[in-house]
Amino acid sequence: MELDPLFISRIQFAFVVSFHAIFPVFSIGLAAYIALLEGIYFKTENPVYLKLSKFWIKIFAVVFGMGVVSGIVMAFQFGTNWSNYSYAAANFIGPLLAYEVVTAFFLEATFLGVLLFGRDKVPHGMHLFSACMVAFGTFISSFWILSANSWMHTPAGVEMVDGVIQMTSWTQAIFNSSFPYRFAHFALASFITGGFVVAGVSAWYLLRGWHQEISQKALKMCVIMLAIATPLQLLSGDMHGLNTLEEQPMKVAAMEGLWETGTGVPLLLFAIPDAANETNHFEIGIPKLASLILTHELDGEVAGLTSVPREERPPVGVVFWSFRIMVAIGMLMIAVALVGAWKLFRGTLYESRGLLTILNYMIPLPFVAVLAGWFVTEVGRQPWIIQGIMTVGEGLTPSLTGWMALFTLIGYIAVYTVVFASGLFYLRKIIIAGPKEDEEDTASDSGRPKRPWSAVSPPLGDAPEPARG
Amino acid sequence: MELIDLTLIWVLLIGFGVFMYVLMDGFDLGVGILFPFAPSEESRDEMMKSVAPVWDGNETWLILGGAGLLAAFPMIYSVFLPALYIGVFLLLAGLIFRGIAFEFRFKATTQKHWWNYAFFGGSTVASFAQGAVIGSYVQGFNVVDGRYVGGAFDWLTPFTLMTGLGVVAGYALLGVTWTIMKTEGRTQDWAFKLAPSLLVIVLAFFVLVSVWTPLTNERVMTRWFDHINWLWIFPALTVALAAVVFVQLRKRAETLPFLGSMTLFSMFYLGILISMWPLAVPPDYTFWDAASDPGSQLFLLIGFLFLIPIVLGYTAWTYWVFRGKVKPGAGYAGH
Repeated sequence: MELDPLFISRIQFAFVVSFHAIFPVFSIGLAAYIALLEGIYFKTENPVYLKLSKFWIKIFAVVFGMGVVSGIVMAFQFGTNWSNYSYAAANFIGPLLAYEVVTAFFLEATFLGVLLFGRDKVPHGMHLFSACMVAFGTFISSFWILSANSWMHTPAGVEMVDGVIQMTSWTQAIFNSSFPYRFAHFALASFITGGFVVAGVSAWYLLRGWHQEISQKALKMCVIMLAIATPLQLLSGDMHGLNTLEEQPMKVAAMEGLWETGTGVPLLLFAIPDAANETNHFEIGIPKLASLILTHELDGEVAGLTSVPREERPPVGVVFWSFRIMVAIGMLMIAVALVGAWKLFRGTLYESRGLLTILNYMIPLPFVAVLAGWFVTEVGRQPWIIQGIMTVGEGLTPSLTGWMALFTLIGYIAVYTVVFASGLFYLRKIIIAGPKEDEEDTASDSGRPKRPWSAVSPPLGDAPEPARG
Repeated sequence: MELIDLTLIWVLLIGFGVFMYVLMDGFDLGVGILFPFAPSEESRDEMMKSVAPVWDGNETWLILGGAGLLAAFPMIYSVFLPALYIGVFLLLAGLIFRGIAFEFRFKATTQKHWWNYAFFGGSTVASFAQGAVIGSYVQGFNVVDGRYVGGAFDWLTPFTLMTGLGVVAGYALLGVTWTIMKTEGRTQDWAFKLAPSLLVIVLAFFVLVSVWTPLTNERVMTRWFDHINWLWIFPALTVALAAVVFVQLRKRAETLPFLGSMTLFSMFYLGILISMWPLAVPPDYTFWDAASDPGSQLFLLIGFLFLIPIVLGYTAWTYWVFRGKVKPGAGYAGH
């Protein structure tokens, strides 16, 4: 049986990077939220904010831990499976990734230790400072990695000499043309993801009548933020799309399911793209709308997929449908956030069981939207690993065989399944246990509350273990 | 133009980064290797708590090593990782399991023992894989035109098996002396009892590697015997250091055994680098062949000169914050 190492490596990279991506996108937003809560508590000394912060720090610790371990894998994927790409592009991506480690990873990892374990060991101001450094670190990290990623879409500031990338301008390369849009789009996505998770969990508590006071505070903060961030995300997405139309027209053609170059192109709501016959089946579209959105003119011309040879076209179906999933979830988020803000203004938010139920069920949706968005942009870049300079096939590790790639693919799927299942299990346990009345009274390392009255908090998933030894 | 040798500076910098990693993650991996042998569940709690605030920062040095190699010596990055493909997977899988064990073990109640196994297994496999990487470096790679052309299991030989086990023993020694320093009572008694035998095992591996390395590698043989007039100082210092650690353990000194073991490890590390110098990808490529463009090396160097001291500063600060003994029963992350 012939196994294609290129295809399996692509699946593996898509799998490990998708798995990794869901953690930072959440922890960036959550880190900022925790820093904000700690800041308000520092200023007002209102214990409600401390309680909220302590609760979300627990969630953050689990999510961040999973992000770190899956991130270590990413630091080595480029070398194990894409060594030709790494070798060729090292002069640019090497320094960027190294800067990410020294400006961000150390900051996050070191100050996270103080944030988690140092509340009683450092002055209050230092603890707040640590919370801010963690949040700041997550942002610096996304700056470097998104710059490197954007450069693969819109390379600039380099030339290829004897098969190796040589720098001509660091500023042009780092601040390449798609980077500002991608960074804005991703930063907003992080806030929106964090916001919908905090809002969803708070809504769940409110529906059950648990932890009323702090859940109302949290929900209010989230709804206000989301009502601003979700419409802004639509705007940043639109601007990002215009940049893509200019730089990577075939990605846009795949997003729109557009085969022939034309004017007054319709916006397809539904279609089944057929790459073999270069056409779509069962098209439902709104006339001229795609032209209007993309060129801001009713009769604007948009390039179709057939304007380049077959081997330079991205896989259309994945890009087309991922794009629709992302946009649909985005629209739903805007609607829910605006309705929530309206109800908050009217003073009926906390009693609107319908909206609270919707918010609760929406917890997974931002993650789906983020992954769908990454699929659009990454699959849409195919067959290029560096747009117009190097193909994915040229970037592959030459010594890699299909069986080696398959072994690690299965291995990563097995390992990540255990990580993800246990992560969800413990996150659920933390959420069910809820914010404690007085955090200092419980020491969960032994599974037993230290003082009898703290046993009143909602029961944990499984029974306390008797002391051993 | 060539006023300063950027490549040499980068060898020193990356060497320092890898060195920091080996020392710092060495002891917390070692704590994991010792986990099943701890006298009680309470001891395991204490041991884990002693590394919990710092392991994450320690492992960041590994990522720095990876990213630093890509930036300064892309050939090392793009040959070692394909050549060690399966080994790298084992290393990463091990690090993942032990990493999540920190969070999940403290939150678990009835499943706690599973996370003990995960912490032990992950730490041991990751340590073994690191030892095998060092062994493969000494062994050399099948490279044509700067690209690895060997098979998937070229790295797995009796020699790398031995260097793998050697690093497991070495990390266990770092872990046990760390435990002596950070705990008291029953846990510390146990660590004091275990440490001397681990020291003997580490020395046995040292002798084994010292005999075996020149036999597998002719170049190392020539290097050693051509420079015997000053190279004898390494084995001599190693034996002297081991004697100091041994005596200090007898005297129940709490900090010196750890510092001594760290220094012992530094000697091994320096010894390997001196034996292999100036080869980056043996047997054919030197660090200068494997280097990236001087412009890229310089671009990163400027930042590093400012940032690394800052990183070291706040890292030292957190070790200061979490100094002293771990108290049994103290809370984990205020949960």
